[in-house]
Amino acid sequence: MAYSDKVLDHYENPRNVGSFGKDEEGVATGMVGAPACGDVMKLQIKVGKDGVIEDAKFKTYGCGSAIASSSLVTEWVKGKTIDQALDIKNTQIAEELALPPVKIHCSILAEDAIKAAVADYRKKHQA
Amino acid sequence: MSFAPVYLDWNATTPLDAQVREAMLPWLGAAEPVRFGNASSRHEYGRQARSAIDEARARVAAAVGAHATEVIFTSGGSEANNLFLKGAAACLKPGAVAISAIEHPCVREPARQLRRTGWSMTEIAVDAQGVIDAAAWAEALRARPALVSVMLANNETGVLQDIASLAVEARAAGAWFHSDAVQALGKVELDFRALGVNAMTLSAHKVGGPLGAGALVVDKRVELAPLIAGGGQERGLRSGTENVAAIVGFGVACEQASARRAAQAQRLAQLRDEIESGLAALGATVFSRAAQRLPNTIFFAVDNIDGETLVGKLDRAGFACASGSACSSAQPEPSHTLLAMGVDPLVARGAVRVSLGHGTTADEVGRFAGTLSRVVEELKTLASVAG
Amino acid sequence: MLKFPIYLDYSATTPVDPRVAAKMIPWLTEHFGNPASRSHAYGWEAEQAVEEAREQVAALVGADAKEIIWTSGATESNNLAIKGAAHFYQGKGKHVITVKTEHKAVLDTVRELEREGFEATYLDVQENGLIDLDVLKAAIRPDTILVTVMFVNNEIGVVQPIAEIGEICREQGIIFHVDAAQATGKVDIDLGKLKVDLMSFSAHKTYGPKGIGALYVRRKPRVRLEAQMHGGGHERGMRSGTLATHQIVGMGEAFRLAREEMASENARLLGLRDRLLNGLTGIEATYVNGDLEQRVPHNLNISFAYVEGESLIMAIKDIAVSSGSACTSASLEPSYVLRALGRNDELAHSSIRFSIGRFTTEEEIDFTIGLLNEKIGKLRELSPLWEMYKDGVDLDAVQWAAH
Repeated sequence: MAYSDKVLDHYENPRNVGSFGKDEEGVATGMVGAPACGDVMKLQIKVGKDGVIEDAKFKTYGCGSAIASSSLVTEWVKGKTIDQALDIKNTQIAEELALPPVKIHCSILAEDAIKAAVADYRKKHQA
Repeated sequence: MSFAPVYLDWNATTPLDAQVREAMLPWLGAAEPVRFGNASSRHEYGRQARSAIDEARARVAAAVGAHATEVIFTSGGSEANNLFLKGAAACLKPGAVAISAIEHPCVREPARQLRRTGWSMTEIAVDAQGVIDAAAWAEALRARPALVSVMLANNETGVLQDIASLAVEARAAGAWFHSDAVQALGKVELDFRALGVNAMTLSAHKVGGPLGAGALVVDKRVELAPLIAGGGQERGLRSGTENVAAIVGFGVACEQASARRAAQAQRLAQLRDEIESGLAALGATVFSRAAQRLPNTIFFAVDNIDGETLVGKLDRAGFACASGSACSSAQPEPSHTLLAMGVDPLVARGAVRVSLGHGTTADEVGRFAGTLSRVVEELKTLASVAG
Repeated sequence: MLKFPIYLDYSATTPVDPRVAAKMIPWLTEHFGNPASRSHAYGWEAEQAVEEAREQVAALVGADAKEIIWTSGATESNNLAIKGAAHFYQGKGKHVITVKTEHKAVLDTVRELEREGFEATYLDVQENGLIDLDVLKAAIRPDTILVTVMFVNNEIGVVQPIAEIGEICREQGIIFHVDAAQATGKVDIDLGKLKVDLMSFSAHKTYGPKGIGALYVRRKPRVRLEAQMHGGGHERGMRSGTLATHQIVGMGEAFRLAREEMASENARLLGLRDRLLNGLTGIEATYVNGDLEQRVPHNLNISFAYVEGESLIMAIKDIAVSSGSACTSASLEPSYVLRALGRNDELAHSSIRFSIGRFTTEEEIDFTIGLLNEKIGKLRELSPLWEMYKDGVDLDAVQWAAH
């Protein structure tokens, strides 16, 4: 499997790896995938009072493309409102990382992780 | 061997080309950079092996005007012939298989085996020159055979069949048409598309490549069942860890043989004619002389001289030739090809095959012609004394 | 000086030993005759070399040279043995027994027999990868004609109880075939004692060349086979096709060296294997696959939990190993051997087969230990599953989102 340079870069130097403290203010978590499918992504966002994502962290069990997709997403969501974050589409992720067709599901999973994190945020902050 | 006899048995096997040797040595661990991966491995060692095989496949395909994906590597010509006949038959309802009466045993025997699974088998007669007999051919096609196999060049007489025409007719009659082109490769022009065959068999060691590699070139419309099941190599049609060294050698051998073919064909034909005019002077019979033949092959007999004896004498005089096809020379029976041509078994017992190659020199041929006439005269004298 | 990637995949194939190569080359070049050519010295000397190699192969396994048939490799040997015996003895019955962890060359061949109307039983293995003899006995039927069990498993290196299986089969008059491709030079094989009827061998797993193998066919009591490759009648009619002299000479020399050196070589390999074992089992949540006692000395198969297989392979590209996944056209299939041991798919995917060999050094082992410790640590830092495991979450109880 030949990986693109961008995938390799994110795989070798993943951005924003980690977890927030459970009780930190404004933190929401999206966990998608399943071990049996070979990918589990945990994306956490920390949303400010103004509704802007201040920080994001991830952990991923998965192939290099899955790790790169989630790493990329943590970079992209920062500074966006949660609505803007929802506009990130898997096709953009796939394009940015030059994912081959057999790895498109990794970008879909990353998009799902954003949706799940936002859903968790909304559930916790039901206005 | 204390000294190397002059090798005049190129149809049995050929010496390895220097360029082929160079290409193979790393894969045998005998030259840097040493290469040894299993082509199924996903790491770098495996990928090196895989790309070497891909390259060889492209070279073989290019040499015969086929597409690389049409080339299935096997352990040799015998396996490729078995693969076509049994593999294609396994995917068809039992029907008729027709082969020429002068096929190599590795076509004839698998075709005979098909009888056990409900197939009928016909051997198509040849004429006195060893060429497919037109009436027998028409008769065979009337039975609407599902499989037809006719060799392109005969290993003993060197006779060339008009494969392009036969293929058109056989396919029109509804058959998959296969040709064993093992002896033709590198000696005559070979173009898979132009011949219009559905499948053909090639072998590395007849063209300066190593023993242990061959190929079935096959049109993808022909459904085949593998002979050897397992890891799914060769598109699932031939399992088993690829013999990378031999396959690499095969690729280079095909390239080399194609490059020198035209010039060699002309040169060898002249040398052959020189030997044959000597034979004529000795009163020998040269089989199939009136037919289209390979430029390098002479199959002859001298009345009342046993072929084995003559070959033995020649060997002691420093010339290695054959008294029949190598594979069946363990059996003392006369040549199957000659019997099919209607040659008297007594005459056939005298048959000797001399086959030349690109390494054969004019000097060697000159010395051989001289030795041959001396030895034949000696044996004639003995025969007349004994008679 | 380490050379990268470090080759730790000797069970996939071995380099040709330089001593083997040196013996082969003359037969590739100046002595190029066709061993079937009977009319000149080029043929005679090739035939003589072929027969000498046959003696060398027979000597390693305690057989008579007349019982050795050349083939193009173990895959062909397995096909010839299984189909050849099944076809020959089908009048006596049409039931075949094999094991779920056999090599594809055996499993696919048995499946082919099933398509032809034979019946097959695929035995389960125990958690350690070994078959239970009582399970085998229970599977035998009056119409069982053939049992085929591998000597050494290619993935997990376990050594099946061939002697005991042989006794059971002989007692019942059942033909017993053994795929010994992974066993030569690793375990003692004495066909004078083992009640094995057919045994497959490969050269390229024992420092010989690719493209050559052999099948042992017992003469006393005589075992019959139906040929699968027809033609010139080579190999006593059991396998037609021109013999590749240089490859045969290579296999003979490789097996001769194996016989001479296996005792000392295996002791050295076991030392390296134990070093590797100790260095890797120090990593938390790792599992050795297959029995550690009934095992060849050069194989170690370990599952690393909570890291994903493909990213693991990517992380350790400085070493050349096999993973617990088989590459199919578009996806990765977890190893059926590891599944047969009861490993789940995730663990199967994150398993590595380390197979060491004649040219493996202590320095290479130490590098490997360091690399695995570092990379497993890094991937687990990234792994949400590892985090959950450390937090005491029961991963099996988690409801994973459908995906």
